[in-house]
This record gives sequence, structure tokens and C-alpha cells, in this order.
Amino acid sequence: MADQPTASERFIQGILPENPVYRQLLGLCSTLAVTNGMKSAITMACSVAFVLICANVAISMIRDLLKPHLRIVVFTLIIAAFVTIADRVLAAYFYQMSKTLGPYIPLIIVNCIIICRCEVCASKQSVFIAASDALGQSLGFGLALSSIAVIREILGTGSLFGIHILPASWPDWVIMVLPPGAFITLGLLLGFVNWLAMRKSGGKI
Amino acid sequence: MNFIKDTNIGQAWLVILISVVFGMSLSGIQALLGPKIEENKLKETLEKVPVLVLGQKASDALAAKGESLKITSSTVSIDKNGIKKFYSLYRAEFKNGTTAGWVAKTGGQGYADKIELLLGMDAYAKSVTGVFVLEQKETPGLGNKIVEDDWRAQFNNKATETPFNVVKQGKGGVNMIEAISGATISSRSVTKLVNQAISDLKPRVTQMQTSDGKGDK
Repeated sequence: MADQPTASERFIQGILPENPVYRQLLGLCSTLAVTNGMKSAITMACSVAFVLICANVAISMIRDLLKPHLRIVVFTLIIAAFVTIADRVLAAYFYQMSKTLGPYIPLIIVNCIIICRCEVCASKQSVFIAASDALGQSLGFGLALSSIAVIREILGTGSLFGIHILPASWPDWVIMVLPPGAFITLGLLLGFVNWLAMRKSGGKI
Repeated sequence: MNFIKDTNIGQAWLVILISVVFGMSLSGIQALLGPKIEENKLKETLEKVPVLVLGQKASDALAAKGESLKITSSTVSIDKNGIKKFYSLYRAEFKNGTTAGWVAKTGGQGYADKIELLLGMDAYAKSVTGVFVLEQKETPGLGNKIVEDDWRAQFNNKATETPFNVVKQGKGGVNMIEAISGATISSRSVTKLVNQAISDLKPRVTQMQTSDGKGDK
């Protein structure tokens, strides 16, 4: 296990070098769907963080008991349980938010970021490393979601967190709130992040 | 020991254990939070009743006077071709006992998933006073426009004599509802649910109203 990354390396990697959205291109379905406003993006990021941290810690604790051919079943069971908890808690305490997000909270179950982290990190490394890995990845996911949501909400509705910040004369670019806006913004931001990374490494990807 | 390991149970004991543990904890969570979620839905319904029956302006005015409508809920079952259908019906009454109107909860298939509606009617269900979407999962940007005030307002103050009809464009005809462009099916689903609820409930509401004599005070 000497070549496995340490806790701090895992944490840092998740934020930008291995950002789940910009570098691994995982979890794009929910990324495209919930980023038309900051509020829903933040709620989504928090729910994913909760599920990811709990699942990573739980799986890391039982990693020595896992059988290779049954591991995915165990991962899915654990993830589904925590997603259901997140969904019910949102419906009970943030009713309006859970109405806005609709099916995307239950769909965290099939978010590949989580099963990827379980497979890559939690099933191989200790609880502490798995937790910091989950924390880093969730932060990275949250940053990616907010960066897209900021652009889409400001251009699409002239407001941020539902509060108007652009002058009333701003013609709301409705397309930014609709699905095409999600693709356009994600594509441009992806290009930008890759360009940054390329410049930093001196022309190599 | 090895012969146990080779059995199905020996292989899958972890999966079984985890299923049981999480199953139990999830049912615990549901028992804990379920009532709260139902309460949220009911609260939203009750909050919407005055607006649906009186309209936004009148209900604001009533609230400003510090008065509120007395809301009583009941479940009515409608027998249709041998199939029983249940509606939650809310009766809103003024302080003096006259019925302000009725709100019915109805639901059915939309374009993507189930749509749940609240339908407001006047005391004798002669006209629609408001429509509110309680739950929907229609296409964002197209079908989910059914929740918007402008679209729902098309139903307001229309007589229930003739069923509502969805047209692609140009309203104005008798009970014509203009479809949302790009979401004709969602528009039709809502309209169909409204029509169904009216035809199911109108006789019952009239009957309840006449027998109590509450509307004639």
C-alpha cells in the first residue's frame, strides 16, 4: 500500500487536480440539471457531501470484510441507504427545496462520483484517509456546481440566491436557465479549466 | 470452517446483515420524519385554500383584517362505473358561517410523473376560483411552467358548465385554455384532471351545500 496517496494528498486532489466534474467528468447528469440557481446547487452539493462522506467512512470500516464479487452490491446498498436519509430529511425540513430539486436527490444513488470514490479509495484505505478523500471530492463537486450556477443564475435571471443584483434593464437570457445553458456553460468552463491546467504544465495535458 | 464459506450464506452474509441493519434504520427514519413530511404537505394545502377560493387580493385583504377562513376537511368517495375514487375536500367558511368555497385535492398522470393539484371552486361549484400545483416533475423549462401564475390564472373565474378545452394558441373562446408551447401534454394533463374533478365533485358539492343550507344565509 506504499504507493497509495496520503490523507492530505487525497484531500487536495479532490478539490482541483482530480476535480470530480472538471477533471474526471463524473456526475454530469446532476451537474447539468441542478445548476440553474445557487440555492439548488448548494443544496445538491451538501446532499452529495453527506452521502459521500458517510458512504466512504462506512465502506472503509468494513473494507476487510468485502468480497470482490459482492462489493458493488454492498456499495450500492450503503449509498442507497444514505441517499434515502438525505431525501427524507430534505422533504421534512426543507420542503420547498426538495420540491424544486424533485427527482435529482433520489438520483444521487446512481451518481458515479460516489461509487468511484468507494472503489478507488474507501475500499482500500483507512477510515481517516477515506474521510478526507470524501471531504476533498465533495468540496470539489461543490465548487464546480457553484461556479456553473453563479454564471447561469446571473445571466439567466439577473439575480443571485434569488435576490436581484443586475439592473432591471438586463434582458434575462432565459436560455441560460434552460438545459442548453447548462451545456454551454459547462463546456466553456471545462475548456477554461483545461486550458489553465495545460498552461501550468507547460503545454502537456 | 471452509464448507460454511462455500455456501451462499457464507458468501453473502455481509450483504444480508447490511440490508437488515439499513432496512431497520430507514424504517426508523421514515417513522420519525414521515408525519413531518405529511404535515408539510397539509400545511401548504391549508395555506393555499384562502388564495384558491377568494383570489390573492381578497385573501390578502382578509388576512389584513385579521380574519381567517374556517377550513374543514373531509374525504369524499365517488363511485364511477364501479370504481371508487377518493378526493380530499376542504370547505372554507367565513366567520358568519357562509361557505366561501371549496378546495379539492386531485392527482393523476402528467407527462413525466404524477401531478397533484388543488382545485378551488365557489360555494356551489359553479365556477373555478383557482388552480394550484402541489406536486409535479414535468420537464424543467417547458412542462413545469404549469406551476406559473400566468398559466394557472386561465382557469380562474370560468364557469364549470362546459369542460375546459386545450387549444394551441389564442384564448378567448368559452373555457379555452392556451397550451404551453412545447408542453401540450402537460397542459392537457392538468386540464383533464381539472375537468374530471369538477364532473366528479360538482353534484356532491351542490348536494352538501343545499342540505346544510349554509350558502343561503
